[in-house]
Amino acid sequence: MEVRLRTIAPDQELLKFYEQMYISREFEERCAEQYTKGHITGFLHLYSGQEAVSVGATAGLHRDDYILSAYREHAQAIVRGAEPRRVMAELFGKATGICKGKGGSMHLFDPSLNFMGGYAIVGGQFPIAVGLAFSARYRSEDRIAACFFGDGAVNQGTFHESLNWAQLWQLPVLFICENNFYGIGTEVHRSSALASIHKRTCGYDIPSEKVDGMDVMAVYRAVKYAAEKVRESGHPYFIEATTYRFRGHSMADPAKYRSAAEHEMWKARDPLPNYARRLIEEGIATREVLEAIEARCQTTVDEAVKFAEESPWPDDSAVWEDIYV
Amino acid sequence: MSEMTYRDALNLALKEEMRRDSSVFVLGEDVALYEGSFKVTRGLLAEFGEERVKDTPISENTIIGVSVGAAMGGLRPVAELMTVNFALLAMDQIINHMAKICFMFGGQTFLPMTIRMPGGGGSQLGAQHSQSLETYFMHCPGMYVLYPATPADAKGLLKSAIRNNNPVIFLEHELLYNSKGEVPEDPEYLVPIGTADVKRPGEHVTIVAYARMTVLALQAAEQLAEEGVSCEVVDLRSLAPLDEGSILASVRKTGRAVVVEECWRTCGLGAEITSRIYENCFDILKSPVKRVSGLDVPMPYSREIEKICLPRSETIRQAVMDVMSGAY
Ligand SMILES: Cc1ncc(C[n+]2csc(CCOP(=O)(O)OP(=O)(O)O)c2C)c(N)n1
Ligand SMILES: [Mg+2]
Repeated sequence: MEVRLRTIAPDQELLKFYEQMYISREFEERCAEQYTKGHITGFLHLYSGQEAVSVGATAGLHRDDYILSAYREHAQAIVRGAEPRRVMAELFGKATGICKGKGGSMHLFDPSLNFMGGYAIVGGQFPIAVGLAFSARYRSEDRIAACFFGDGAVNQGTFHESLNWAQLWQLPVLFICENNFYGIGTEVHRSSALASIHKRTCGYDIPSEKVDGMDVMAVYRAVKYAAEKVRESGHPYFIEATTYRFRGHSMADPAKYRSAAEHEMWKARDPLPNYARRLIEEGIATREVLEAIEARCQTTVDEAVKFAEESPWPDDSAVWEDIYV
Repeated sequence: MSEMTYRDALNLALKEEMRRDSSVFVLGEDVALYEGSFKVTRGLLAEFGEERVKDTPISENTIIGVSVGAAMGGLRPVAELMTVNFALLAMDQIINHMAKICFMFGGQTFLPMTIRMPGGGGSQLGAQHSQSLETYFMHCPGMYVLYPATPADAKGLLKSAIRNNNPVIFLEHELLYNSKGEVPEDPEYLVPIGTADVKRPGEHVTIVAYARMTVLALQAAEQLAEEGVSCEVVDLRSLAPLDEGSILASVRKTGRAVVVEECWRTCGLGAEITSRIYENCFDILKSPVKRVSGLDVPMPYSREIEKICLPRSETIRQAVMDVMSGAY
């Protein structure tokens, strides 16, 4: 029996979750279109299917908490508060982008939002999150560091080094594994001796739990609980959210390694329509209310694309800026 | 001024900067309780306590990554990698993260961090513990690379590194830790990053060197003076950025140059410096530039053959004589 939504959060919050998931999906699908048109170049890793993780988790954190992620992070930046148009401009490589066009899809960053970066070296963000958590404790700041990563990243040395370190120094880090069951084309059982990822923290005595990453409320509740645990105790905590990406690893990947049946099974669990149905069934929204939200998101993304298109390229002189030696 | 060792000068720099700024903290393997494998962090734990002087696991990549995060969060980490050889395990955080973050995030954050690394050969430590990797760091934009030769420069440069708002690779030569010299006591004594220093003025030949190579070059110059050859020894101090102006000014004066590097010859920093001399001073050179380098081999253990793999004052002297006589 599912817990009724209203017992978890007020209506306004519940509708915001829908809006954030919807704009995430809309943004990514428009990115795919813009990539096909040649407006977005390079690597493009889309988040479609995983929205419930970012939306639920971000809502469970405080605004002062740091967020770090990998390269599949457009939605995470937007859900944290980045303007979609500045994210889109970054993807277009324009001067108005969130990193002045110097970062690109995989390197979004905005310290004013405590969004401390997208990193494209698998496992690169773990130690940086630990360091940020240390700085928070050192400076007696009331904030934790939430570190998102994929199932593929848990086989990197930095994963183990950072889990050990965070527990050894007793630092407020919340590790959030987005287990979408694939690292590019390699299914998790082909890369991990222990595929039940949350169990891996035993070796470091870090409490962990597994949550349904296709259910925004489940993620929200788990992260809210975990974040408070981390905040109160100052110790690390680990969440594994099981999820699925509906697209290939990147735009270059047709995802031939996954069966149609598997894809269909996960499609049936798409977090957007399922959550929309719950909102309607529980009388929180009507179809019309949701359609109005969807239209608003579409307009925002339309405007983001237009803004990106019309924005100027960076000046050549930009290559000599933000570098000291 | 007071006389002290290179080690004590570094130690004093750390203490002064930690007293001056509470956001400075030290981390690394064995730096706290054990006071550092070369004892550079002696007394720090006692004076500054557990939260500012931190022993870490043997996790080099994460030592640097944690420093990156701490710097991003507003602190001034001074990380010690036990020796430069182990920096190779941290190259991902050094090159892919630390050196990139300011630029790739559009200047929205900066990393005031220093990584100290003892290194260099000559102690019969074998192939894996005797490397001179300075060129590896110089090659990559986004970080300063400093390598002092004297106690005074060690102190002044380390203090400048810690106060700098951007990443600094700070190399220390293991064979210089016990060397002595006069060191200014002024806690505001700083050596500016990016400036070479003429350690000995001369007229006939410029010897460009750094760290222990400077010490050897000065020995060679002393000997050569007795033989009637006047050498100008330019101590780089800062490898990135290179003080090209000082190098070229000296070569324009003498018309001859010998470039000394402890690292491997192929693609070594001597190649870069030599190329810059040719590009800028070709017309005034009285003879071709000569390089004195480490041999392109893994370091052998045995003292008698390790010796020939590294520049010596005798090989520097010979290179100067060759340049003077036109014998190549
Ligand atoms: C150190 C490193 N090795 C390899 C790669 C290439 N690579 C990019 S993404 C990826 C798979 C990562 O999978 P996972 O952590 O599960 O994240 P997901 O793509 O599923 O979100 C690989 C191998 C890389 N970027 N960095
Ligand atoms: Mg994955």
